[in-house]
Amino acid sequence: MDFDIHKVAELARLNLDPEEAQKIGKAIGSVLEYVRKLESLDTQNVPPTSHVLDLENVFRPDTDRDCGASEKALPFAPSREGDFFKVPKVVDKE
Amino acid sequence: MAQDLHRLTLRQAIDHAAREGADGILHDVANRIQCCNSSVNAYVRVKPAEYDSGKNIPGKSVFSGVPVAVKDNICIEGQETTCACAILKGHVPPYSATVIRKLEDAGATIFGQLNMDEFAFGSSCETSVYGPCRNPWNLECVPGGSSGGSAAAVAADMAIAAIGSDTGGSIRQPAALCGVVGLKPTYGLVSRYGLIAFGSSFDQIGPLTKTVEDSAIMLNAMAGHDPLDSTSSRRPVPDYTKALTRDVKGLRIGMPEEYFTDGMDPAVEKYVRDAAALLKKMGADIRTVSLPHTAYSVAVYYLVAVAEASSNLGRYDGVQYGLRASDKTLKDMYFETRNRGFGEEAKRRILLGTFVLSAGYYEAYYLKGQKVRTLVRRDFEKAFTEVDLLLAPTAPTAAFKLGEKASDPLAMYLSDIFTIPANLAGIPAISVPCGFTPAGLPVGLQLMGRPFEEAVLFRAAHAFEQETEYYKKKPGI
Repeated sequence: MDFDIHKVAELARLNLDPEEAQKIGKAIGSVLEYVRKLESLDTQNVPPTSHVLDLENVFRPDTDRDCGASEKALPFAPSREGDFFKVPKVVDKE
Repeated sequence: MAQDLHRLTLRQAIDHAAREGADGILHDVANRIQCCNSSVNAYVRVKPAEYDSGKNIPGKSVFSGVPVAVKDNICIEGQETTCACAILKGHVPPYSATVIRKLEDAGATIFGQLNMDEFAFGSSCETSVYGPCRNPWNLECVPGGSSGGSAAAVAADMAIAAIGSDTGGSIRQPAALCGVVGLKPTYGLVSRYGLIAFGSSFDQIGPLTKTVEDSAIMLNAMAGHDPLDSTSSRRPVPDYTKALTRDVKGLRIGMPEEYFTDGMDPAVEKYVRDAAALLKKMGADIRTVSLPHTAYSVAVYYLVAVAEASSNLGRYDGVQYGLRASDKTLKDMYFETRNRGFGEEAKRRILLGTFVLSAGYYEAYYLKGQKVRTLVRRDFEKAFTEVDLLLAPTAPTAAFKLGEKASDPLAMYLSDIFTIPANLAGIPAISVPCGFTPAGLPVGLQLMGRPFEEAVLFRAAHAFEQETEYYKKKPGI
C-alpha cells in the first residue's frame, strides 16, 4: 500500500503542517493495516452494496418554487455582493 | 413552588402539559440546564425566548408544547447549526429539517441544541469544538458519541427527550453509556432532509428518551415519507405505542455468538446474558445464531463511511457558509479554510476517504468494502429467517475515561463494533438499560430487528424495561 499523505492532502484540499501530516499519516497507516483483514474473504462473485433500500429512481416534476433562499442564506455568507456569493478572483487578466 | 417537572418522562410531560400547559416544564428544564450544564456541557446553545411561542396550548396537539432538544447537526431555520465544528461556526440554515417541522407540527417546542463529536465523527463526544461533553453518572467519563450531548441531557433530566443521529452507533452507544433509551430506525423510515450529511447510505435520525414508551411516541411524530429525501420510504407508518403490550410470549430472539467474545467487560456480558434469561422466563424463545462476518464490520465501515464522508465534506470550501479563512486566492481560500476549519478527526477521515476513492485504490478498498457489506447484510437476512429479533450488547464496555482512547483512533473505532453492523444492513436497533457495573456505570442491551419492524423492537424492549425498571435509577448529579 502506498499511502502518500502529501498527494492525498492535495486532492482533499488540505494544507497540513509537517507535524500534523506525520501524526495523521501514522494513524491512517494503522487503519489501512487493520482493513487488510478483508483480503482474506473471497468476494469475486459478490455484488457490492451501495444502498440498503430497494428503491428505484425517484422523480418529481421540475417546477420552480419560491424558497426564499437568497434572502435567508446570503446574509450569513462569508462574503457577498448584491445577490451573489463573492469569491476571490478566479480568472486572471490576459 | 418547585415541582421538578424536568424529571418527568415524555409521556408524563405530555399528560401534564395537556392539563396545565407546558410553561412549568419549560421553566424547570431551563433551570435544570442552568444548574448542570457547566459540569456536563450537554448543550451548546439554549435559546430561552423560544418557549414564548403560542404553540403550547394545553391539549391542542400531541406534545402540547413539551420541549425536545436537538443534536447540533440537524438544521433549524434561523438558528446557528454547526455540527460542533469550527468550519460551520456562524452557519444559520435557511430551512428546517423535516423532523424539526414534524415535531413542531406535533406541538413540540424545539428547545436547545446539543453537543456532539465534530461532524458526528467519534464515539466519545471529545472532538467537539465546544469542548467535551461529560457523563452525568461520572463526570470523569465520556458520555459516548457522537450523540453524547443528547444522551447526557436526557440522563441528567436536562431534557425531556432529544433527537440524535446514528451512522455507526451514534445514538445507541451513548444511550448505553448514559443509561437511556436510544433508537436507530430502519434506513429510510425517518427523513434525512436537513440532517447535515456524514455517511449518506448509513445516516438515520432517531430519538433518545427516558423510556421505551417515550421512544415510540417520538417515532410516531418523526417517521413517514418525505418527498424532499429521495431515500425516504413510502411504507405506511403504524402507531408504535400499540406495540407496548408487555407480552413477549413466543417471540424468537437470537443471540449472535460472535457478539459474545473475549475483550468484553465481564459486567456487560453478565447483564446482557441476564437480560436474555429474563426474556426467556417471560416466555420468549431464546436461541443461539451466527453472524459469521461480524468481525469484518468495523473494517467495512471505516472504508465505506469515510469515503461517503470525504465526498459529503467537499462542500465546505469557504464559498457559501461558515468559515472563510483566506481571501487571497481561490486556492488559498479552499486550503486554508479547510485546514483551519476541520479538527484532527475530520481531517483523518477526509484523507482516508479521499485515498480509498482515488484512482488505483478504489477497487482494492472502497469496492471491496461494499462487497463485504453485502456479506454482512446476508448474515442478517439469514438470521432473520430463524428469529424475530437479535439480542446483543450495545457496546463492549461501559463508559470509559475522558482521554483514554482519544490518542488511539483504532481503539476508539472498535468501541462501535456491536453497533456498526446494523448500519451496514440498514436494520433498526434499540439500546435499553440492562444493569450497572460495580463502578455504578450503566450497561446497555441492544435489540436488532428486521427492516421496518420497529414495533417488534419496542414490544420486547418495553416488556424488559417494565420488568426491570432500571430507568427509574437516576445519576446523582
